[in-house]
Amino acid sequence: MLLRQSKEKILLGAATESEIKGVSRRNFLGYLGGASALLITAAACKKDDNNTNTGVDLGSGDVGILNYAYALEQLEAAFYTQVILTPYSGISAAESALLTDIRDHEIAHREFFKAALAASAIPALEVDFTSINFSSRDSVLATAKAFEDLGVTAYNGAGKLIVSADYLALAGKIVSVEARHAAYIRDIISNGSFADNTAVDPNGLDLSRTPAQVLAIADTYIKTAINASNLPTN
Amino acid sequence: MNLQNIITEIEKVDPEVYERLNGRRDAMKSFAKASGKVALAALPLAFGSMLQKAYGKGTGVTGLIDDTLNFALTLEYLEANFYIKGIASAGLIPTPAAVAALTTIRDHENAHVSFLRNVITTLGATPVTFAAADFDFTAGGTFADVFSNYDTFLAVAQTFEDTGVRAYKGQAGNLMTNNDILTAALNIHSVEARHASHIRQMRKARGVDVKPWITGNNSGIGSVVAASYAGEEVTTQAGVNIVNIGGFTISANAASEAFDEPLTKDQVTAIVTPFFA
Repeated sequence: MLLRQSKEKILLGAATESEIKGVSRRNFLGYLGGASALLITAAACKKDDNNTNTGVDLGSGDVGILNYAYALEQLEAAFYTQVILTPYSGISAAESALLTDIRDHEIAHREFFKAALAASAIPALEVDFTSINFSSRDSVLATAKAFEDLGVTAYNGAGKLIVSADYLALAGKIVSVEARHAAYIRDIISNGSFADNTAVDPNGLDLSRTPAQVLAIADTYIKTAINASNLPTN
Repeated sequence: MNLQNIITEIEKVDPEVYERLNGRRDAMKSFAKASGKVALAALPLAFGSMLQKAYGKGTGVTGLIDDTLNFALTLEYLEANFYIKGIASAGLIPTPAAVAALTTIRDHENAHVSFLRNVITTLGATPVTFAAADFDFTAGGTFADVFSNYDTFLAVAQTFEDTGVRAYKGQAGNLMTNNDILTAALNIHSVEARHASHIRQMRKARGVDVKPWITGNNSGIGSVVAASYAGEEVTTQAGVNIVNIGGFTISANAASEAFDEPLTKDQVTAIVTPFFA
């Protein structure tokens, strides 16, 4: 935010002559020096500064990462809300109960991000579930598995992009719940697949994905265009 | 996290950081500015070795990472040895499916031990080492039948996995200065949560009233493991009340399940100490 304001102030020439006159030459140069250092830092943060991007702007810095998480939680919550509204044929009582739990967890995550982001929150996204057959157990659970595994890799990949230790801790509180969901969904598809080699690498590590990789996969299910070009990349 | 941010943060507590790092402030700043061009994978190692030279081994940022990774390694040894012994205990595990699942988990814990040992060695530090004889999985008799009673075995497994998840979560902040190591730790953290989910399903199948996620501070085990679940019952996150948030019907149980909670290193140490002989 501050970086962008400084940048705009300089580029737009908002600093008027009268503002500059009161500043000694040495301080003025110092001001410029500081400003250019800020610009360099900002440029280093934003490798993929593509002005042609359109759609809902997730924003930059930690706010951008929180909006990114908010977007994914919107997708998951909308999916499980539909799963519970129109249960697949043959759903068991146990599956219904635990899928309702998962719906509630995802709604809690979504609403938490919305509350935490307040005025910085992106609007509600429009989802596209035309590729999912909600009456089919196979279709619903395959989608659930994809979403949960994707969520785990998304949070794992986003951790390093977060500056605030408090936000990192919050992401950590959520990602392990997504992993619990993922393992459960995998097990009711095929018992024992909770952490098989399609999810976990030979070192015993889950995978992680960049926001660009995650959003490319999620794109099938999100109608609203998302602009992630201002997210941090390291 | 941006390299310049890290150096700026260090500078707040140590104004001499640039001198320590390089002796020449300008040269260091050049490095920081050029960092966007350095291969990303090489950067954390390069930066780590600079800090190590600046502050010396065992102190400062690098020392914190070494200590944190050795703490994680200790927990992985605990888990790995537990599953090795359980799987080797004749008659303990009743079904082939259960043997397969526990073998998957054992293999992950062994892989975590190897992985963390390699990372710690790469950082120039010394990994801790534990052998089977270093552990007492009865915890001084508290779980006397751990390797002869399958339900006790699963109860201890659940406690280890849930505690492991909370332990990694509590340490993430200590690894923020190294993106590669932070990401690796997060990637282990979520695997432990997958394990916990499965062990809980195994217990559910045995008639224990637990779900794949942690409801309130209930363990389905009893007060003997209360410390591993203390604090999981919270329903407020960052000052936001999760119960019925946004006008949606979210019970206190769901609100607590939706967020796993961290444990501090001291809390985890107190929990696992009885399991060391």
